[in-house]
Amino acid sequence: MSGPAGAGRASRDPEVRRVVTGSLALSAAVGVFGFSFGVAAVGAGASAWQAMALSVFVFTGASQFSAMSVVGAGGSVVTAYAGAALLAVRNLVYGVAMSGPIREMAGGAGRRAVAAHFVIDETTGLALAEREPRLRRVAFVTTAGALFAFWNGGTALGALVGGAVDPRTWGLDVAFPAAFVAMLPPHLRTRAGRRAALLGAAICLVAVPLAPVGVPVILAAVAIVVGLRP
Amino acid sequence: MTPLWWMIAALAVTSYALKAAGTLLLGSMRMPAPLERCVALIPAAVLSALVVKDALSDGRALVLDERAAGIAVALVLVWRRAPLVAVIVGAAAATAALRALGA
Repeated sequence: MSGPAGAGRASRDPEVRRVVTGSLALSAAVGVFGFSFGVAAVGAGASAWQAMALSVFVFTGASQFSAMSVVGAGGSVVTAYAGAALLAVRNLVYGVAMSGPIREMAGGAGRRAVAAHFVIDETTGLALAEREPRLRRVAFVTTAGALFAFWNGGTALGALVGGAVDPRTWGLDVAFPAAFVAMLPPHLRTRAGRRAALLGAAICLVAVPLAPVGVPVILAAVAIVVGLRP
Repeated sequence: MTPLWWMIAALAVTSYALKAAGTLLLGSMRMPAPLERCVALIPAAVLSALVVKDALSDGRALVLDERAAGIAVALVLVWRRAPLVAVIVGAAAATAALRALGA
């Protein structure tokens, strides 16, 4: 990733500087999020290595949080996997949206295959917010590099600190749901989004006493049928 | 490997496959509009389910405890557009404080 090169040009071009500053600010905030993931993952029973492996190789926050939240509640790894995989499906949509810009900026198949790992909420959002291909490239590359560094640095720090404290005493078991609450608003902007959220929550509540741990969250995904109506 | 390591490996492969399928293979294709709308709603449905699961249950049965209060604090903070750190710290502090009082 040529993050440093993008940052180097920043001093000359105010537009590039604007994009780089935005990327770095968001990435730093995500670092804090990574820290809370590290703490909460270890609290939910992962080792520090497992928390770090999730952040390096899965590298899509909501899925990581979801998986460890199910494991922490005593769910099976299969239901934890299924719920997390479901949340990762949106990366497929981001990939479709980003394939044109990535073909422009990354060229060869090898580089595009590397770039694909970095197609997530934040990189897609910031890149597609720019109209000029040049600024898109800066937004994608800077966000990808900085966010990966902050997310993983945060996770490592959190996993090491988290192992030293009792998560319940510090209320850290609500770190996952609090983070989910913070992730929700962008998805509630449309009427369909609010309906899906309400229906998903209702399905989950009804299913909790009936279905095995972790399964209610997967069943809640049925609520996306509200999208069938235009 | 322990089951958790297997889950991590499977999730890593799945999430990369999903990212790469969109980026490398489906680029020129367009999904049918209804399907696209439904996929876009997955986070809304699943995230809100995750929130109510943790706020109102222990994963097995419906339970109302200190976590509900902590998550209510998170809701208020998000509604007031507080930064993410404040949301997590506020929710954790409220939960911890109630537990300390109750203990």
